[in-house]
Amino acid sequence: MTVVPNTLIGQEIERTEDLRFLTGTGTFVDDYEPAGTLHAAILRSSVAHGRIVGLNKNAALKIRGVHAVLDASDIGFDIPTIPLRLAPLNGFEKYLQPVIAHGKVRYVGEPVAVVLADSRALAEDALEVLDLTIQSLEAVPDWIAAERDTSVLFEQNRTNVAIRYKTHIGDVDAQFRAADYTRKEKFRSQRHTALPMETRGVVAEWDGVSGRLKVSGATKVNFFNRRALAKMLALPESAIDLLELDVGGGFGVRGEFYPEDFLIPFAARKVERPVKWIEDRREHLLAINHSREIDCELEIACRRDGTMLALRGKIYGDMGAYIRTNGGVVPAKAAQFLHGPYRLPAIEVEVAAYMTSKTPVGTYRAPGRVEANFFRERLIEMAARDLGIEPATFRRNNLITESELPYSIGQLVPYETETQYDNGDYVAGFERCLAEFGYEEKKVLAGKRVKGRYHGIAVVPFVESGGAGPRENARMTLGSDGVVTVGMGSSALGQGLETVFAQIAGDALSLPFDRFRILHGSTTLVEEGFGTYHSRAVVMGGSAILLAAKKLQQAIREAAGIEFGCDADAVSLVDGRALTPNRPSLSFGEIAAKAGGTIVVEATFSNTKRTYSYGAHAAHVVVDDRTGHVEVLDYVAVEDVGRAINPAIVHGQALGALVQGLGGVFLDHLIYDENAQLLNASLADYLVPTASDFPNLRGVTLELRPSPSNPLGAKGAGEGGIVAVAATIANAIANALSSLGIEPRELPLTPPALWRLVQEARQR
Amino acid sequence: MVTRTSRFNVNGKPVQIDVEPRTNLADALRHHLKLTGTHVGCEHGVCGACTVIVDGAAVRSCLMLAAQAEGSNIITIEGLPRGQGDTLGPLAASFKKHHALQCGFCTPGILTTAHALLTEEPDADADRIRDVLSGNLCRCTGYISIIDAVLDARSAYQKQKIA
Repeated sequence: MTVVPNTLIGQEIERTEDLRFLTGTGTFVDDYEPAGTLHAAILRSSVAHGRIVGLNKNAALKIRGVHAVLDASDIGFDIPTIPLRLAPLNGFEKYLQPVIAHGKVRYVGEPVAVVLADSRALAEDALEVLDLTIQSLEAVPDWIAAERDTSVLFEQNRTNVAIRYKTHIGDVDAQFRAADYTRKEKFRSQRHTALPMETRGVVAEWDGVSGRLKVSGATKVNFFNRRALAKMLALPESAIDLLELDVGGGFGVRGEFYPEDFLIPFAARKVERPVKWIEDRREHLLAINHSREIDCELEIACRRDGTMLALRGKIYGDMGAYIRTNGGVVPAKAAQFLHGPYRLPAIEVEVAAYMTSKTPVGTYRAPGRVEANFFRERLIEMAARDLGIEPATFRRNNLITESELPYSIGQLVPYETETQYDNGDYVAGFERCLAEFGYEEKKVLAGKRVKGRYHGIAVVPFVESGGAGPRENARMTLGSDGVVTVGMGSSALGQGLETVFAQIAGDALSLPFDRFRILHGSTTLVEEGFGTYHSRAVVMGGSAILLAAKKLQQAIREAAGIEFGCDADAVSLVDGRALTPNRPSLSFGEIAAKAGGTIVVEATFSNTKRTYSYGAHAAHVVVDDRTGHVEVLDYVAVEDVGRAINPAIVHGQALGALVQGLGGVFLDHLIYDENAQLLNASLADYLVPTASDFPNLRGVTLELRPSPSNPLGAKGAGEGGIVAVAATIANAIANALSSLGIEPRELPLTPPALWRLVQEARQR
Repeated sequence: MVTRTSRFNVNGKPVQIDVEPRTNLADALRHHLKLTGTHVGCEHGVCGACTVIVDGAAVRSCLMLAAQAEGSNIITIEGLPRGQGDTLGPLAASFKKHHALQCGFCTPGILTTAHALLTEEPDADADRIRDVLSGNLCRCTGYISIIDAVLDARSAYQKQKIA
């Protein structure tokens, strides 16, 4: 593949987006309010599992300024369900979420009614006096309760087990029979969520005259969501515009189709007024996708020399009350990524997805990967110790070498085709991490108690997929002012895509950075877009820009040829001007003016091959055995992203992901009681990292092996930084407390949790 | 709906608004004065996104009633110092240089908090800055670049203090 000239790409250009964000002039969804807007508040179930007996709206409707209270009966007999977007496993279709509860409620936070009022405060006043009667049924608080099937969330399905399947590569039983060593363990990753700083929001405007609907606040997968919404509202897709404004973080959870994405447009059409809904933080914690709640049984088989022969295990996914758009990704990927960056002759995983009466699950940054990495690498750490092999050496010896790549990991996911790790030098990435970290020097402290605290170190490799297909589109419009407007099917959720895409476009057209205007996400920009998830925006969207640029160059040559009276082939393009011998040159803007004002091209990049970034993390921690507190003294995250379009932005992704990962190890935890009530639905109780928690972090971006699957060579950079964090920290803690024989098996590793492990160890 | 008139100064300009007594300062700024640069992230005083400067102190505008602002001088992100020719001020420019923001939603609260800090303590060290900014949540950056940006902006505040 040709490589574009490297002038803007690879530079740490300051971001275009920053100017508006630093002056308070961005437009987030709550900053947009059309005239005559009504404000929505949503009545949510306070009961985890129950039958709706009745809703008395009278008192609420008497409040002055309250315009309507809509519930399932206002929507009609046929309540739409939210479709699957990813992981369409057979059986999931029986557990889809209705856009509003009817008959039953199945989790605390499930929407039951929508209040429309002159202000949000009035709408919330109405919530206070809405009289909702729910007859409680037995809650299903976890997968163990779900498996008993004594209380079933969907009676017609007669079971809480949504799916169960087995997947494998090679002959696992034979490998286990041949093994010198096996060990089986149970692990658990806790339910938490991404917590973007901006909560969700929707502003819907219905124009009854033209029959058109405008929905602002959309992001991530707008074309899919428009398709879903059109079907639910029985409108043609072309009658709906989903508009993407500034977006305050996504990390996987924002932008999937949620009940409110139907309810608010429905309400706007019903009352023929603009309707705005801004999620508050409490409802965010109850309503947005949760993730990461996976239990795992895992067994490893090795030779005496540490050669890994096989893994076999079970993945138990707690899906919450409904299978949402991409919920199935979480357990499916947790199973697939158990393989990791290792040469593994055989693997067998059983996956079961359980319906529980909790908030439904969806993807959060590196879904399933974080969990799988934690499970596998904890077990490898134990195996290495049992076999008396230095853990870094154990891992290095089992890493897939460059000569073995591409390396097939088979078809471990039933809804996908066979996939293979593309390219890379996993050993080099691992060695680089050891060197940056100073592993050999730090090893002398391992397990030692110094000044009352135990020192521990660990290193963990990872592999992470990106660049999901099938296509992405870019439209370029050259204007008479010489500015190229680039419309993208990719969504921007705060990563800096306006900057990155301008860098790619600038190099492709040999034009300065400031000649581009990047528009993204909205359904008005391109014919079809596939959005931003699975670290795909730069891989797919960026590649579409390269193709569009080629088309634009050809279109400019053709238009210039008409002006010059020559063949398009006789026109050359230099520094934003079209040249041909013996004629005065024309600027791109002049050519566009002569061609009727604009020149427009649209291009599609198609690719179904995944990219695989890889690398390793290393940590040095100290553990206070008296309090269970852990301090991270040093942390190095190394990732080969193939190609870094803007290294500063990539570095920001790496560190941001890393700190989210550390939150997932130590802090983030959605705690439910036995009645499936969420106990910590506020930021006072749901903890995330702050500026003073993790000051000593280092990220190293490598560009060792550009991806062979796309012309940029990019592999995606948004998720790799989080994959290995839980495993690295847990192993470092185990290393620190090895003299006590402590093996963390469950996340999060909060001070009380670690303190308990210490107490138990001392009582043994 | 009973309203009450509140008068205060925002970014150097006197304002007068009629709001319900229960209206918090964040909503008054955003909805009544259309200063939407101040963001609301949690409405319970934890995330810090809504931080504004009230009479020199960094304050969570979601925890203060508009009525309590009577007579005070308020600075929001829209009123932070700008450079010559309406360019970015030193703190904002440093954030841009250090890639100290991604989605930009928490940024207004971080800038106002840091501005209040450096105005009072232009020599604040990294630990002090981390400590003060630990009341502002950011989910994108991991904070490292934010601390670097604030440290790098100190010189402008140090000069100002001497002047």
